[in-house]
Amino acid sequence: MLQKNDVAPDFTLFATPDQKITLSEFKGKNVILAFYPADWSPVCSDQMALYNEMLKYFKKYDAEIFGISVDSKWCHMAFSQSRNLHFPLLSDFEAKGETSKKYGVYNTEEGECNRALFVIDKNGIIQWSYLSPMAVNPGADGILEALEKL
Amino acid sequence: MSLKPAVSKTDHTQGKKDADIVIVEYGDYQCPYCGAAYPILKEMMKKYGTKVEFVFRNFPLSEMHQYARPAAIVAEAAALQGKFWEMHDAIYENQEYLSENFLLELAEKLELDPHQFNTDIKKPELASKIDSDFESGVMSGVNGTPSLFVNGTKFNGGPEDLLRLLSEIVK
Repeated sequence: MLQKNDVAPDFTLFATPDQKITLSEFKGKNVILAFYPADWSPVCSDQMALYNEMLKYFKKYDAEIFGISVDSKWCHMAFSQSRNLHFPLLSDFEAKGETSKKYGVYNTEEGECNRALFVIDKNGIIQWSYLSPMAVNPGADGILEALEKL
Repeated sequence: MSLKPAVSKTDHTQGKKDADIVIVEYGDYQCPYCGAAYPILKEMMKKYGTKVEFVFRNFPLSEMHQYARPAAIVAEAAALQGKFWEMHDAIYENQEYLSENFLLELAEKLELDPHQFNTDIKKPELASKIDSDFESGVMSGVNGTPSLFVNGTKFNGGPEDLLRLLSEIVK
């Protein structure tokens, strides 16, 4: 798993059925990546619902947040609509898990992303990363502390 | 993970003042799990209220629960008339009927002064109290609702587990 001071690997992933997001386009902004195992599973839903409430706090730190899982763009769309999410969920779907592998957070046994958080600074350098136990919602205190330190 | 900031005068408390055991709940008035926790915590305070202090802080997940924040505002407005816990209890006891109209009915039922109530619910101070509760929750490691803290440390169990713990430690 990538750590503090590693360069954040670039990626381009679907954010909606017809729109892709490229990480390097966000240089000049802080970026939070929240890898999570799957749409719909209870812990992830809590976690994404929490981040959804936190967008204005992230904005204070000039930070964008992206959720990432191996679910397809259509699955993300349905999940996002049902939870009223206001931030993009990226689809690490083809080639499956390619991006999570680059960050060292792909779980080959489950075929899912691990539950992992990265805070990337405006120059594209990872400033904080955290691997949470699969079943535990890591909350947002670690993210905010990391953003504060930037 | 520890509670930041510590319990203070601005918090809503019940039970024994300055007790050796202080429980803090971060709750959302529309959250079904908080609704399920409510009677257990109520029972807990009935049993241990002379020895334990209980604190409620707001953690409305407003994007998921449309009445969570209006309910929090109404409860804070009731607090300004000395009826926070009456409103808190009334909301949880009637969670399935929650709506903006129903909240206004509760205010009437609790005989809040209507003029003051209508002024208070629009006060920015109430909104910022709720925001600062929410922020304190996030910084304390709240990751969903209800989240419970015992003497400033996050309690990783449900309300039943808490009741069990108290039955062991309260003499």
